[in-house]
Amino acid sequence: MTVATPARPPASPAPESLTTTYREAVREAIRAAMRADERVFLMGEDVGRYGGCYAVSMGLLEEFGEERIRDTPLSESAFVGAGIGAAMAGMRPIVEVMTVNFSLLALDQIMNTAATVLHMSGGLFNVPLVIRMATGGGRQLAAQHSHSLEGWYAHIPGIRVLAPGTVEDAGGMLAPALADPDPVLIFENALLYNANGPAPDPTRPVDIAHAVVRRPGTDVSLLTYGGSLHKTLEAADALEQEGISAEVVDLRVLRPLDTDTLLASVAHTHRVVVVDEGWRSGGIAAEILARIAEQGLYDLDAPPERVCSAEVPLPYAKHMEEAALPNAARIVDAARKVVGVRG
Amino acid sequence: MNTAANLTREHGHALLQDMLRIRRMEEKCAELYQATKIRGFLHLYIGEEAVATGAMRALEPEDAVVATYREHGHALIRGVSAEKILAEMYGKQEGCSRGRGGSMHLYDADTRFYGGNAIVGGGIPLAVGMGLADKLQGRKRVSACFFGDGAVAEGEFHESMNLAALWHLPVLFCCENNLYGMGTAIERAQSETRLALKAASYRVPAWDVDGMDVLAVEEATRRAADAVRGGGGPHFLEYRTYRFRAHSMFDPELYRDKEEVAAWKERDPIALFRERLRAAELLSDEDDARLEAAAAEEVERAVAFAEAGTWEPVEELERFVYSDPAPLEEVAS
Repeated sequence: MTVATPARPPASPAPESLTTTYREAVREAIRAAMRADERVFLMGEDVGRYGGCYAVSMGLLEEFGEERIRDTPLSESAFVGAGIGAAMAGMRPIVEVMTVNFSLLALDQIMNTAATVLHMSGGLFNVPLVIRMATGGGRQLAAQHSHSLEGWYAHIPGIRVLAPGTVEDAGGMLAPALADPDPVLIFENALLYNANGPAPDPTRPVDIAHAVVRRPGTDVSLLTYGGSLHKTLEAADALEQEGISAEVVDLRVLRPLDTDTLLASVAHTHRVVVVDEGWRSGGIAAEILARIAEQGLYDLDAPPERVCSAEVPLPYAKHMEEAALPNAARIVDAARKVVGVRG
Repeated sequence: MNTAANLTREHGHALLQDMLRIRRMEEKCAELYQATKIRGFLHLYIGEEAVATGAMRALEPEDAVVATYREHGHALIRGVSAEKILAEMYGKQEGCSRGRGGSMHLYDADTRFYGGNAIVGGGIPLAVGMGLADKLQGRKRVSACFFGDGAVAEGEFHESMNLAALWHLPVLFCCENNLYGMGTAIERAQSETRLALKAASYRVPAWDVDGMDVLAVEEATRRAADAVRGGGGPHFLEYRTYRFRAHSMFDPELYRDKEEVAAWKERDPIALFRERLRAAELLSDEDDARLEAAAAEEVERAVAFAEAGTWEPVEELERFVYSDPAPLEEVAS
């Protein structure tokens, strides 16, 4: 398989004119939000003249100008912190951080300020800020541009963590994120930017509180999100050929986790595999399985499985990187194992 | 020097009163700490009162203030009541942060007092963002950010100075140089100890001022704040001051000589200003007694308020992790 496989096409393909890419869906969502509310502005490294490091904001500078499509110096902590301050002073900033690895330079602001101010001030000051960043591996960018740290962020109370895995969510999650009174982090898996899908209406917000079943099934629940969604759907197709009916659940929201939807799926399949591009130890997959153990243990007919990234800094060489990341074959193997162990 | 020549009685009394209000409140805080009424970290501002007192008078009500964990004086002079400050230190829900923040995290929406930030340097980008919001909205407001000399070693300071200068934002950087970052003397932490030079390297107008002279502080801050408000971009002030007490209540002060502390206490900002007022015949014994009595009475009321305060129900522990479902009102517009 190729890791760049686009998201699963819809059941009934939309007319050509109504399809778009994940990248364009994000761009149109930004455009719509900025047209709708003058308090919204975009700031980050190379979002303006360069057009965004993944070309997401291409063309927006021409429409909105330098004040609202604001190129920043390489100062993650200051411009994320400035986004927090601007949000507290009445604006609705969208801050773009190039990749999740770089966001660690702003972790102080995200963790110690954005996530804490509302609680620490006894409810006086909320932070209506959206931070978008690229995440994920598979592009041979080695160990400082490839990690999936959204699970780390999901550890932090006070922020909402979104992981759009479809074109519809890429376009639809921004508006409700901007309407949220609290900080929202949106993780865009960089391999998805070229994915095609039906063009969402950028003014029609989607739900940002719940997981959804992307493919119904009866034998095993495959719980996943973001860049792993299409791999998991691919695995479900392969499993179907073997007579195994896999249900694919897209988490969509990593914090707060929609535990109910996950438990409901497990309650009718009785078997579960969690697919997460993050590392296994202490990751979001571990948290999900802990919740299932706490609240749904007796629904399980077999020990659960996790398909995560190898516990290494991601290497450059293509074969080594592929060996480190989840793929459809590994998901199929895990599902077979879980289904084969009859309770 | 400065405006002492045309100082009015009313102005002089107001400055002395405010410094006394901070001093007496914090002396009480130290007592209450020993009495275990206040817990956690408690960082006293005693010795540095002239800075917050003079600087706050140069700011307008619509301006924003971002402060550090040594912010009791800033909050009080900005207009947060002593009652709400003391109640906060007691951990009572009548406190300005509902008892969630304590001594290091005083917040107040009415006076646009944005903490109470206890990550050194962490508050500075917030002020930059507030200045950016004002610029984008065409408002003539100043975002004043207080921080210590220790913060000048943080990357967030340098990133913020660059950003504010690059974007010509209405931010007033107020560096309170008390010569120590906790226990590390400035010459052991900074390759260049003339901090205004660092700001100037970002093309930010910068100068230092005697932080023990409340009139000099007020005058310098007004000059800088007026320039910021008038569209002059960010400005930087270095207030040269000194902390008379320990860094926190856990500090045995092994890192500085008693002689050094004693020498700085000779320049106690309250004593200096009191002498100046007396020399100018602007302060009588009766005036002094009245100002002291008012400060004592305010402290007494604050302690009574804090004592009478109540504990937030534990059921509310998880409230305000996220906003209540009903939309919050705009905190600033």
